[in-house]
Amino acid sequence: MIVDPVTLMVALITVATPVLLAAIGELVVEKAGVLNLGVEGMMIMGAVCGFVVAHHSGSAALGFAAGMAGGAALAMLFAILTQLLMANQVASGLALTLFGLGLAALIGVGYGGLPLPTVYRPFPEALRDIPVAGPIVFSHSVLVYVALMLVAAVWVVLTRTRIGLVLRAVGENHDAAHALGYKVVRIRIAAILFGGACAGLGGAFLSVVRVQNWLEGMTAGAGWIALALVVFASWKPWRVLLGAWLFGGIAALQLRLQAAEVGVPVALLDASPYLITIIVLVIISSDRSRAALSAPAMLGRIFHTSG
Amino acid sequence: MTALLEISGLSKAYPGVVANDDVSFSIQPGEVHALLGENGAGKSTLVKMIYGLVKPDHGTMRLKGAPYAPAEPRAARAAGVAMVFQHFSLFEALSVAENIALGMEDPPKPRDLAARIRDVSHAYGLPLDPFRLVGDLSAGERQRVEIIRCLLQDPKLLIMDEPTSVLTPQEVEILFQTLRKLAAEGTAILYISHKLEEIRTLCDAATILRLGRKVGECTPRAVSAAHMAEMMVGKSLAQPARDTHTPGAVLLAVKGLSLPATTPFGTSLQDISFLVHAGEVLGIGGVAGNGQDELLAALSGEINAVPETITLNGLPIGALGPNARREKGVLCAPEERLGHAAAPEMTLTENAVLTARIRRGLDQSGFVDWARARRFAQEIITRFDVRTPGTEVAARALSGGNLQKFVIGREILQDPTVLVVNQPTWGVDASAAAAIRQALLDLAQGGAAVIVISQDLDELLEISDRFCALNEGRLSPARDARALSMEEIGLMLGGAHDMAEVVA
Repeated sequence: MIVDPVTLMVALITVATPVLLAAIGELVVEKAGVLNLGVEGMMIMGAVCGFVVAHHSGSAALGFAAGMAGGAALAMLFAILTQLLMANQVASGLALTLFGLGLAALIGVGYGGLPLPTVYRPFPEALRDIPVAGPIVFSHSVLVYVALMLVAAVWVVLTRTRIGLVLRAVGENHDAAHALGYKVVRIRIAAILFGGACAGLGGAFLSVVRVQNWLEGMTAGAGWIALALVVFASWKPWRVLLGAWLFGGIAALQLRLQAAEVGVPVALLDASPYLITIIVLVIISSDRSRAALSAPAMLGRIFHTSG
Repeated sequence: MTALLEISGLSKAYPGVVANDDVSFSIQPGEVHALLGENGAGKSTLVKMIYGLVKPDHGTMRLKGAPYAPAEPRAARAAGVAMVFQHFSLFEALSVAENIALGMEDPPKPRDLAARIRDVSHAYGLPLDPFRLVGDLSAGERQRVEIIRCLLQDPKLLIMDEPTSVLTPQEVEILFQTLRKLAAEGTAILYISHKLEEIRTLCDAATILRLGRKVGECTPRAVSAAHMAEMMVGKSLAQPARDTHTPGAVLLAVKGLSLPATTPFGTSLQDISFLVHAGEVLGIGGVAGNGQDELLAALSGEINAVPETITLNGLPIGALGPNARREKGVLCAPEERLGHAAAPEMTLTENAVLTARIRRGLDQSGFVDWARARRFAQEIITRFDVRTPGTEVAARALSGGNLQKFVIGREILQDPTVLVVNQPTWGVDASAAAAIRQALLDLAQGGAAVIVISQDLDELLEISDRFCALNEGRLSPARDARALSMEEIGLMLGGAHDMAEVVA
C-alpha cells in the first residue's frame, strides 16, 4: 500500500488548519456584509510576524499572538480604507493581498531556516501512543484544537446569541440596522479585525507549526482557497470545516501520490486539491435559491449614513 | 392637560436644502395626529429628529413635560417613542422573531419572545407566526412585524411613516382598527401620509408642512380633502381629464403565461391571460410582491417566455428580447427608477440613448449620433417639464419625480404601440403625478395601448378603462373600472384569505 491512512489523516488535519482558521474569520467578516479579498495578504503577514517573534522570544505562544496582531494590523488598514474612507472593497482587498505579500517578504529577509521553539501539545504521551486514534485525535499541536473550538464558537455566536443576530442583521440590511440604532461601521470594523486575527493565526500556524520555516510566498494561495470555501460553504461554519478538511485531505494525499510516483503528471496532482475542493463545493451549493438565501445581502456594499 | 410631545422651533438644514424651518406643534396622549405634506416637504426629516436618527440644528422637544433630545434611536425607544418606517426596516433572511428581537432593547429568551409575539399579535388582530422568514411574508404581514415590534415596547408615541401605501383596502381597515384601539389605550400616534381621505377617517388633528415650514393645522374631520390638498400644495390641483371612447382592435394579447420565480423571494407567474386594446388603459392592481416585477419583466422581454403566450397584433413575441420588442413598439418603464429604468451615473442624454436608440435612430452603423441624442433628451425635458439644469446631468442628480417624468417621457416620445409602466407615480409629488397620468391618458387617446401596474388604487381608478388584480402571481379577469367599488377591488386583490384569519 502506497499511502498509510493514519498518517494521511494526521497530515490532512495539519494541512487543513491554516485554511480553516482563515476561512472561519472571513466567514464572520462576510456575514457582517464586508468582502475582504485580502485574506492571502493577512495570512502571510501572520506567517512572518509569527515566525519572527517565535524565533526571537523562544515562545510559540507569543509567536501566535504576534501572527494574530500582524493579520489584524493589516485588517485595520482595510477597515480604515473601506469603512471610514468608503473605498471600494474589492480593490482594497486585492491591494491588501499584494501589500501583505510584499511587506512580509521585506520583514522576513534573512529569517529563512532559523530555529524555532517547539509547540505545546495539550495531550500526554500516553494518549498519543494509542494506535490509530492516538495520532489522529491526540497528537496535534494546541492550535488545531483551538481552530476546531473556534468553528463551534462562531456557529454558536452566529446562531444563538444577540451579538451574532446583530452581526447578521448588519450584513443583511445595513440601512435597516442603522435605522434601528445599531452601529454598522463599528460592528463591521470589529468583524474585519476578527477576520484579520484569524487569518494571521492561520498564517502563523503555517510557518511555526506546519512548515517550521519562513519562505517567501509560503501561503501559496491558501488565502484564496479560504475565500472560496466561505462562498461555497454557503456561509455555514460546519461546511467550512468540511471544505477545509477536504482540501487538506487531497493536498496531503497528492503529496504522497507524488512520492509514490504514480502515473499522473505532477502539475495536475499539485493542482488537484484546489480543483477538487472547488468542484465538490460547487456541487454542494448548486441549489441556487438556497445559496442566495444564506448569502449576506449587503456583501461588498458600501454603507453611507444618510439624513 | 400637558401635551405628550411638544415640539418648538425645530430646524434642520442640509447643504443646499432647508429640510425643516422653525416647526412647532404638540401631540396629546391618545391623539392620532396627522403630519401632511408633499414629497420633500420635510415630514421624514421631522420624524427622524423625533426618533433620534437626525439631530436638529435648532429648537427643542419636550416629552411629557421633560426636555427630550434623543441622541440615537435607542434613547428614543427607551423614552417610549417607537417608529414604523415607510420602507420597511426588516431583514428578509431572518425570522419574524429575530427581526422583532433586533428592535428591542432587552429581548427575552427566544421561546418567551415567540409566546409574547403570539399574544400581542392576537390581542391587536394582527396574527403572525414568529418563526417564518420575513422574506416569505406579504407586504401587509411585514408591516405587522414592524407594528408588533413597536407594540412590544409599550410605546407612548408611535410614529407611522406612510403605512398604508402598500396595503389592500381590507388591510388598511384592520390597521385602522388597531390604531384606534391603541389610541383608546392612551398611545399617541403620529401619522404621516398624503392620502387625505384616510387622514379624514382616522386622525384627530393635523399639521401641514410645505417646503419645510409649517403652513397650517386643522381638524381633518371638519375640513374637506380638497381644502387640505390646497394647503399642502399651495394651489388647487387639476384632475386628469379623459373622454369616454370605444376601444379599438386588440394590440397585445397574453395567453396562459406562466413563469417560475427567478429569485428566492420572487413570485412565479401562473397562467396569466389578458387583452389590451388600442386606445385603452388597462390597470393592474395588487400589493407589492405579488408578481408585478415579474410580469413587467415578461412583457418587456427581460425574461423570455413561450413565444405564443405573448402576441402583438397576432404575432408571437414571447421569446424576443427587449430590443426586438422595442423595435416592434412594445416599450416599458419599470418601477425602480435608479438602476432599472435609468443608469444612475449616466447623463440624461446617455440614458435617452439606452432605450430610444432604435426607434429614434440615435445611432448609425454602431456610432452614436450625440447631436440627435441631445436634441431628443432636450425634447423630453421640454415636453414633460423635467426640472433639470440641462441634458448633461447625471440621472442620479434629479429628484424622484423629475426623473420619473423623464423616464415616462422618454418612452412616450418613442411613439409606442404598447406602453407598460410599473408604479408610474410612486414617490412622486401630487402635481408631477397628475402630469404623468395625463400624459398616459393622452397616449391612449392617440391609439396606443397602455398597461399601468400600480399599488395606488385611486390612481388606477382614475385612469384605467379596465381593471384587474395580481395576487400571488395570478391575474384576475379584467373588469370595467368605472363600475367597481372599493370593496370589490379589495376582494379582487385577494385580501380575502387574510381576512378569514382575522374574522376567525
